[in-house]
Amino acid sequence: MIRPGPSAEGTAPLLGVAGLTRHYGTRIGCADVSFDLWPGEVLGIVGESGSGKSTLLGCVAGHLAADAGRILYRGRDTATMTEPERRRLARTEWAFVHQNPRDGLRMGVSAGGNVGERLMAVGARHYGAIRAEAADWLARVEIAAGRIDDRPRQFSGGMQQRLQIARNLVTAPRLVFMDEPTGGLDVSVQARLLDLIRGLVRDMALSVVIVTHDLAVVRLLADRLLVMKDGRVIEAGLTDQVLDDPQEPYTQVLVSSVLQV
Amino acid sequence: MCEAMIEIRDLAKSFTLHGQGGTVIPVMENACLSVGAGECVALTGASGSGKSTLMRMICGNYLARSGSIRVGTLDVARAAPREIIRLRRETLGHVSQFLRVVPRVPTLRVVAEPLMALGRPEPEASARAAALLARLNIPERLWKLSPTTFSGGERQRVNIARGFVHSYPALLLDEPTAALDPANREVVLDLIGEAKARGAAILGIFHDRDARDRVCDRCVDVGAFAPGKAAREGRPG
Repeated sequence: MIRPGPSAEGTAPLLGVAGLTRHYGTRIGCADVSFDLWPGEVLGIVGESGSGKSTLLGCVAGHLAADAGRILYRGRDTATMTEPERRRLARTEWAFVHQNPRDGLRMGVSAGGNVGERLMAVGARHYGAIRAEAADWLARVEIAAGRIDDRPRQFSGGMQQRLQIARNLVTAPRLVFMDEPTGGLDVSVQARLLDLIRGLVRDMALSVVIVTHDLAVVRLLADRLLVMKDGRVIEAGLTDQVLDDPQEPYTQVLVSSVLQV
Repeated sequence: MCEAMIEIRDLAKSFTLHGQGGTVIPVMENACLSVGAGECVALTGASGSGKSTLMRMICGNYLARSGSIRVGTLDVARAAPREIIRLRRETLGHVSQFLRVVPRVPTLRVVAEPLMALGRPEPEASARAAALLARLNIPERLWKLSPTTFSGGERQRVNIARGFVHSYPALLLDEPTAALDPANREVVLDLIGEAKARGAAILGIFHDRDARDRVCDRCVDVGAFAPGKAAREGRPG
C-alpha cells in the first residue's frame, strides 16, 4: 500500500508529540508515540482497554510524567515551561473533559458557579458579567436558565457532561482533551452530545484529542485516527479510511468486531 | 486541451485479509482514466467489477496499492490525511448511497453543513440548503427532523442536496437516481447538467441507462482494469 507522505501545507502544527513513552515499572504504558495535531483538527485515539490510550492522553495533557519524548505546543517544548506557565496553559488554552463529570466538576458548587469559577481563574472579577457569561454558556449547552443555581448532583448524567463541557470551553481554549466523553451515556443523550461537540469544534475552531473505544463516535467526530495496541500506535490515517480499509491485522479484527444495528 | 480535473494513472488495489491467513485479493490493476472540467464520465461494468472501489480510492476512503490519483493538484494516493480532508471540503464532492449523520441533527442543518464547514455564514448556508431541499421536493415540515427517520428515497434526496450545496469543482456520484421517482429523477438530472455547465468534472455510477445516456459524455468500463487482464490480452493466442 502507498503510505501517505508528510503534508505539504505550510502552517505549523498546534501540538507536536514525538517519541512519547511512559512505563509503569516494567510494564509499558505507552511507547514511542508520535503525532502532530493542526488547528481545527480532531484526532481520535482508539484501542481496547489497556492499550495505552488513556496513558497517552494523560502524558500529553500533562497529568502524567512521561519517561521519554517531547511535546511541543505552538512550537514550545512543554518540558522547558515553568510550573506557573504550565498551570496557566492548562487553565486557558487547554481544556480536559473527563469521562466521569465528577472528575471535572465541583459537585458542591452551583452550575453557574462551575462555569464562572473558570472565568475568575483567568482574571474576571465583575459578578454581573461572570454570571451573564455563565448563563450564556449554559444556554449553549442546552441547560435551562432556571437551573443556573442548582448543583450538578441534581443533574442527569448527560446534563452533567454538558456542564463539564461548558466549564471547560468558557475560557475559549484552543486545545481540548477528551477521555471517553460519551461513555456511560444513553444513546439518545450521546447523539445530542456529539452534535454539540461537533458544532463547538467548528464554531470555535478547536483542536481536539479524543480517546474512546467507540468506533461509531470517532467516525462521526474525528478527522484522523490513531489505533493503539499494547502501548504502541499500530495504524494511523484518515478516520473513514482506517475504518473502511484497515491494513493491520489488529485493526481488521477491531473493525469487524463492531456489532451492527 | 486543458488539463483534466481528475487523472488516474496505473492504479492498483488489493485487499489483504489477515483474518484468513493473510490472503491477498487483487481487485484492480493498471486503471487509467481522466475527467475534464465540464465533463461527465460513467463507470460501467458488472456488479463486483470495482466501480465503487475505484470511487472510494478517488476520495481517499480506500488506500491505493500503487499508481496515482490526481484530483485538481493533489495526488490522493500519496496525500496526507489533512490534505484529503481539505480536498473533500473544498474541491471534491461525493454523493454516496449512504447517508452518515449524527442522529437527531435536523435535515436542513445536515444539508447546510458542507457550506458552514467552508466558513459561510449560517443564514446563507441555510438559505441555499432550503432552496435545494425544496427543489428536490422534500416537504418543509420534514426539514427540522433528522433524515435518519426518512424513507430510502427521501434520504437519497437529502444526500444529493448535501452533495450539490457547494459548487465542488469535482463530483463523485454513486447511483444518484437509484431510489427516485420520475419527477425527482428529472430534478437530479437537471442538477447534474447545471454542474457540468458551470465546469464541474463528474464521475458517476449510473445503473439507470437512460439517465446515463442523457448526462454522460462517455463511459469507462471498469472490467478492463480487472487484475491480470492487461497481461492476458497482451499475450498472443
